[in-house]
Amino acid sequence: MPISFEPTPSTLAAREHYNRIARERMRPISRKYDELEHELPVEWVDWYWKEGRFRAPGGASPGDATDGMIQVCVQAEELCWGDAALYLRMPTPALGGSAVAAAGTPEQRDRFLSRFRAAGGHPIWGAMAITEPGAGSDAAAIQTTAELDGDAWVLNGTKIFCTAGEGASQAEGGFVVVWATVDRSAGRAGIKSFVVPAGTPGMRFEGCEKKLGIRASDTATLVLEGCRVPRENLLGSAEVTKRDARTTGDKGFKGAMATFDASRPIVAAMAVGVGRAALDVAVEELGRAGVAVRWDAGLHARSAVEQDLMEMHGELQAARLLTWRAARMLSLGQRNNLEASMAKAKAGLAVTRITQKAVELLGPVGYSRKLLVEKWMRDAKINDIYEGTQQINQLIVARRILDYSSSMLR
Amino acid sequence: MIDFQPSEEQQLIIETVRGFARNEVRAAARECDETAKLPDALLAAAHELGLVANALPEAHGGGGARSAVTGALVAEELAWGDLALAVAILSPSLLALPVAEFGTDEQRSRLLPRFSGPAFAPGSLAVVEPRFDSDPFRPRTRARRDGDAYVLAGRKCLVPWLDGGDPLLVVADEGGTAQAFLVPRDARGLAAAPDRYMGLQALPTAELTLDGVRLPAAARLGGEAGADVRRIVNQGRVGLAAMAVGVARAAFEIARDYARQREAFGGPIAAKQAIAFKLADMAIEIDGARLLAWEAAWKLDQGGDATREAALAIDQARQVSLEVADGAVQVLGGHGYTREYLPEMHLRNARGFAVFEALTLV
Repeated sequence: MPISFEPTPSTLAAREHYNRIARERMRPISRKYDELEHELPVEWVDWYWKEGRFRAPGGASPGDATDGMIQVCVQAEELCWGDAALYLRMPTPALGGSAVAAAGTPEQRDRFLSRFRAAGGHPIWGAMAITEPGAGSDAAAIQTTAELDGDAWVLNGTKIFCTAGEGASQAEGGFVVVWATVDRSAGRAGIKSFVVPAGTPGMRFEGCEKKLGIRASDTATLVLEGCRVPRENLLGSAEVTKRDARTTGDKGFKGAMATFDASRPIVAAMAVGVGRAALDVAVEELGRAGVAVRWDAGLHARSAVEQDLMEMHGELQAARLLTWRAARMLSLGQRNNLEASMAKAKAGLAVTRITQKAVELLGPVGYSRKLLVEKWMRDAKINDIYEGTQQINQLIVARRILDYSSSMLR
Repeated sequence: MIDFQPSEEQQLIIETVRGFARNEVRAAARECDETAKLPDALLAAAHELGLVANALPEAHGGGGARSAVTGALVAEELAWGDLALAVAILSPSLLALPVAEFGTDEQRSRLLPRFSGPAFAPGSLAVVEPRFDSDPFRPRTRARRDGDAYVLAGRKCLVPWLDGGDPLLVVADEGGTAQAFLVPRDARGLAAAPDRYMGLQALPTAELTLDGVRLPAAARLGGEAGADVRRIVNQGRVGLAAMAVGVARAAFEIARDYARQREAFGGPIAAKQAIAFKLADMAIEIDGARLLAWEAAWKLDQGGDATREAALAIDQARQVSLEVADGAVQVLGGHGYTREYLPEMHLRNARGFAVFEALTLV
């Protein structure tokens, strides 16, 4: 394929489909659940479980060319243009599902994921629990332990900042993928992931964080005390090896980190959605007052506000294209570790700035809770933090462009 | 389908031009900047690559493969070697591409063959005007119809002025619309004075005064139908955006390589996050700017109005090139400030993207 910026008809259909859902189902309840904070957005979750998840975008026929992962990014952008917190609260396997899909056996994939596709029942969630009170960006420093006791792994530790952690730990049928070490002395080689089904004795839901934004998303603290899961709930190999994962074939810690190469473009696309929401309203509100970007205006003919809007458009589009590039590489089976981190770093910072600028440009109207722009500014900031902070992604990019190992550039 | 991979043919062109930029252009860059001279042999060697001729119509001896995307790829590689030399090498585009796209049959037959001939033939296009608020879409140079002639009056600057670039194209306002006119260098009323700038030292440029320059009606590009000067300006912006990316990439690579070698406090400075993160940001911004330039080029190739995309591309690329060049000087510290290294030249050249218009076309 040559260089092209033409989305396939199926991507265009997906954009329309998810934009309609965003407009009709998410925006009307956006403010309500931001204010109610931790309360379950029942109408959204129930609708998605009963109908939404079975509704596919129309317009495309089977066999049509698709944009692959770019289409997934378009879906994330549209739904987060609707509401990023409600997107995160959707009853799906989420990042827990990505981990099972990437590292699990066919049997594990069937056991944990098929129920998300089955009709009926009640809404369920998947989640991933990595972060601990003493270990965030430095994921190799986690302290949660897993010990083999007969036919079960016994987990002990505390997990925080677990997105969808309330739903995944409480609603029967869901699961949490917990990262724990089987051998602290082995460092990152000892870190494994375990599927802990909702309601497993010994996994306690302690509550949700009160946050700056994405308030409708349940960001949970989970305590594991003698939490026993069947031996076959380990994802990947139990062997602790310090040898290079690429030569041994063991996915291990590096394999777990590689799931970020798939998730970071999606998180970047989510960020772009929030940024676009704010930019759209800024353009609309200012346009009503006769302030619009004249794309052919000379540098000196532009007002400061026009220049700001142009930069917001430019930053947003640069972030989107970097995101699509990382996604496209994933579809082609190319290693995209560098490009995924580039996209995430760019998008996280770009939308943080774009949403802050939108509040500024709209003055008291932007600052007011009558509009959603202030909420989007609060929501946007998380994109520069979770799924690898700005600094962690800079670190990854720096190592790659310098060809430095993690010990050469800490 | 959305894709970011150049075609096999484009990949071959990139590799060829990259090699030429490294071995010929970069090798000559510093000396050309210091002496303010263009080596004829370099232009002749570049002409052999057929970069502009390839984009011209087959009927006039060209390769018939015009593509703004390919043009952007070429512009980035050459500008990575050196901006002034890149503009000189691609200067035929300034006359040849507008004539090929908008010229009358007579204009095409008369002016195009020279660009696919055996010798290098430069082109020239006058867009920028010597005032702080120069605006390519709204020139103040006027073209007035007078019977069966046009009379041009106004001033231009930053006009590439290579030996043999005759006639040149001058953009002027004709009753509220920008049009382009073919002006012979010896036209009565046209005065050219050499022009020098902070950057682009090796590129001969002129400041023009047009004082009632009288031209036959046939001098109007496209004759009665005229030309879409907006499109020409947008082609220029995309070309410059790609060149700005090339300049930024050059500065970034020098800073990256220097940081890996330079030791301080017991190790390479690249192993310090303060330097490493700056380099990471440069790499990210360069890639973002490149994708915007590609998107605008692709939009041009689709034939629609690309004013928005071209404006976004040049707006981002000029900021990125300035920040990256400045960052590169900073990474090299005192050495970055010396003329022993290239980033100081990259910084002087990068600042120019705020004022350049239509120095190259894609």
